[in-house]
Amino acid sequence: MGTYLIRRAFHSFLSLAGLLILVFFLARLTGDPTNLYLPLDATLEARQEFTEKHGFNDPIYVQFGRYLVQLAQGDLGDSLMKARPAIDVVLEAFWVTLSLAAVVIPIALIGSVVVGALAAYKPGGAFDRIGTIAALLGASAPDFWVAITGIIIFSLTLGWLPTSGYEGHLVYWIMPVTVLLIRPFGLLVQVARGSMLSVFSSAFVKTARAKGVKERSVIFIHALRNAMLPVITVAGDQAAGILNGAVIVETIFGWPGVGKLMIDSIFNRDFAVLQTSILVTAVAIFTVNIAIDIAYAFLDPRIRHN
Amino acid sequence: MRSSIPAFGITDMQKPSESTAFIPPPPSRGLRLLLLLWNDKFAFAGAMFVLMVVLFAIFGPWLLGDVATKMNLRARNMEPFTLEKGWLFILGADALGRSILARIMVAGQNTMAVATTAVFAAMIIGGTFGLMAGFIGGWFGNVVMRLADMIMSFPSLLIAMIVLYMLEPRVENLIIVLGITRMPIYMRTARAEVLEIRERLFVSAARVMGASNWRIIGRHIAPIVLPTLTTIAALDFAFVMLVESALSFLGIGIQPPDITWGLMVSQGKNYLQTAWWLSFFPGLAIMLTALSLNLLSNWVRIALDPVQRWRLEV
Repeated sequence: MGTYLIRRAFHSFLSLAGLLILVFFLARLTGDPTNLYLPLDATLEARQEFTEKHGFNDPIYVQFGRYLVQLAQGDLGDSLMKARPAIDVVLEAFWVTLSLAAVVIPIALIGSVVVGALAAYKPGGAFDRIGTIAALLGASAPDFWVAITGIIIFSLTLGWLPTSGYEGHLVYWIMPVTVLLIRPFGLLVQVARGSMLSVFSSAFVKTARAKGVKERSVIFIHALRNAMLPVITVAGDQAAGILNGAVIVETIFGWPGVGKLMIDSIFNRDFAVLQTSILVTAVAIFTVNIAIDIAYAFLDPRIRHN
Repeated sequence: MRSSIPAFGITDMQKPSESTAFIPPPPSRGLRLLLLLWNDKFAFAGAMFVLMVVLFAIFGPWLLGDVATKMNLRARNMEPFTLEKGWLFILGADALGRSILARIMVAGQNTMAVATTAVFAAMIIGGTFGLMAGFIGGWFGNVVMRLADMIMSFPSLLIAMIVLYMLEPRVENLIIVLGITRMPIYMRTARAEVLEIRERLFVSAARVMGASNWRIIGRHIAPIVLPTLTTIAALDFAFVMLVESALSFLGIGIQPPDITWGLMVSQGKNYLQTAWWLSFFPGLAIMLTALSLNLLSNWVRIALDPVQRWRLEV
């Protein structure tokens, strides 16, 4: 397990380094932040002072070298927009996104496994047909359109839910969570159903039934545990997607999450924030992937990560 | 010597068919697949819808291009489901009085063109790299796999947004970005299949007979890998379409005056309170197309798999 973790960390580090280099240089191609942050009639001295203070007058490779040195010292730079350490800004936003993911993924996982298992129990039955079509619909629906249609129906016509906003109150959570749920749910039901179908026809399920094990424990203990591996893989993918910023949902519903922060930082040429958000989400996704590998080993003791 | 054997063969083969001439010949492979498709009503409906969208994408701009751009200020935000302005206005009109139906039909072309090109490019380039990575292996294989990991470890929507904003959102850039983000899956699949195939006897036989590496890859391995890659591409198509729509919705995909469905939803967003149909119908078009593609590709996956085909025949 130890060497395995080190190898995984090394691979993730390589990908991250590649992406950070790409973003560092691409971001600086979009233009000089000076023009964006100082008024049009700013004096030449003010401009010079600004560029020198933030080091934008140096050649790009010098800036990159300085970035690496600061990174090694644990300094991620300051946000130009908010004049605060970038890591604070990013962590605040990341917390919002994390709370969304923490609500959405467990609901999607548990719900889809139950629906998928019941659908696979009687393939071709009424529940299976309805479930399969609903799952396909969910996987095909564009999230921005679902969000907008939801606003039209529940906010503008019925007036039950707020159009946007982010506060502790439950009503602000209903639409963002539902919209985020739809696609993972649709995908996971399909995966769970397929995986359960193949497990139901395997020998150990027949053995369990022949031994006289109760049908409920055959489904939810014998079969389910073995059918979970592919479901967990896809769920991990979806969780990583949300952690990287549920851009659309955060934009439409005005949630100050990390996806919206990244978009804003691109538009505002706030390079330090952009780089830090990518770093933070990469660490989060690495953690999710490791958690999934541990879950594999837990569900199927034959799997050893060597 | 060479000509004598086929001669016997032909006479032998012709005899039974003459005697059973009144029995209709078994349906061809294509017809059998069509019959199978007809049996699965959902997949059939999906196929018809996709066919319709493709036809509109090809002929729509040519037939309706003028109607879709003609402004008519008296029909501004006209309500749907009335026929007073003709059938073209059955889905209402947008803020400049242009027919929503005509615009949806025309906008399909951009969406389809971007998705088709991106998926096709990703399949060809990713597949080739994967084939080479699997066959040659060594440091080259490792580099290709690390590259695939790197692209895969970040969601395509985010990379696309960063790159498009920085490069300028043009159709070519959109296709390049979408193509690159979808490549890893083809690289990995192709490599995994090649690793298994290259150990088989017929590859060794080809090598013994002196075939070059290129010939072995192109002639002996690629034809076996291609059906798998095509199946993935069919599934990928709907996904790429959704990503393209999301990017256009966010304003960093295709730019006005060009139109796509995602852009239409985005433009209608400002009129939600007064004219819901501006964003509702284009979004519905996206969903129905993606749904049809998913239904169809699920069916194709089963129909092309000899082990599972019986599921469709009962």
